Amino acid sequence: MLYDPPNDSESSRVRQKGGKPKKTNLHLVFPTEAMAVRDALRRTVARFLRQISLDEAGTLELVLAEVLNNIVEHAHTSDRIGMIELRVTLDSIGLLLQVADDGAPMPNGLLPDGKGPEISEPTCIGALPEGGFGWFLIRDLSRDLNYYRAGSANILSFRLPIDASVAA
Amino acid sequence: MDLFAEALNGALVVRVGEDRLDAAIAIQFKDKMREIAAQPSPRVVLDLSRVTFLDSSGLGAIVSVMKFLSPERKLELSGLTPNVDKVFRLTRMDTVFTIHKDLLEGQVPHAV
Repeated sequence: MLYDPPNDSESSRVRQKGGKPKKTNLHLVFPTEAMAVRDALRRTVARFLRQISLDEAGTLELVLAEVLNNIVEHAHTSDRIGMIELRVTLDSIGLLLQVADDGAPMPNGLLPDGKGPEISEPTCIGALPEGGFGWFLIRDLSRDLNYYRAGSANILSFRLPIDASVAA
Repeated sequence: MDLFAEALNGALVVRVGEDRLDAAIAIQFKDKMREIAAQPSPRVVLDLSRVTFLDSSGLGAIVSVMKFLSPERKLELSGLTPNVDKVFRLTRMDTVFTIHKDLLEGQVPHAV
């Protein structure tokens, strides 16, 4: 597999408090192809649908889609198909998602800042942006977004808040 | 890429027959819309009532369509489902498009 999650800081913190390491509720490995991404999204939403609200499921699918699409764009070249490893855990705070891929590193080791598109009044249609919405949505909807490089893998982790009264 | 175009009451209504407007089909959608929108008509209404998922690629494709229709025609949207509406609101792109609740509100008769 691309990386070894029990060594990451999240699980270590839990162990230090005397708790058991968090069990991953979903673990998927798939290639960096659009149809494989659609399938992974479908499986992820289906896995948690009974434990989260419809709105939260919509957010989950959207944020994960943006993250995975970004990986497909930067990791999938004409020479090779990349691999993505997804781990999703539901705990009392919400959903923790960890996405690893074997593509090229992010430029300068940083995530795009995802500033929202500038929409002026009156709107100049010709100047409207057609891209750049993805990282804006990821940053707007997720918490604790973290990126690092481990060996030849990119690791992206983030949280999505879930209403505790609904979560199992 | 399932798109069904119909001239109704002076408007060109394009129904998206897919349930996802995402990275997997954004480019086909753009290309097919260019062909369809070549028909002259004062209004172009994109009926998204079948679409339950839209990501930034889908949004970008819709913006692209809006841009190539401009300035002669403005793209109108109809039937945004909750998840689709959310993307437009979060990105504030709902301020850029004329959005109808449904085709009836857009004063275009439903096809039977």
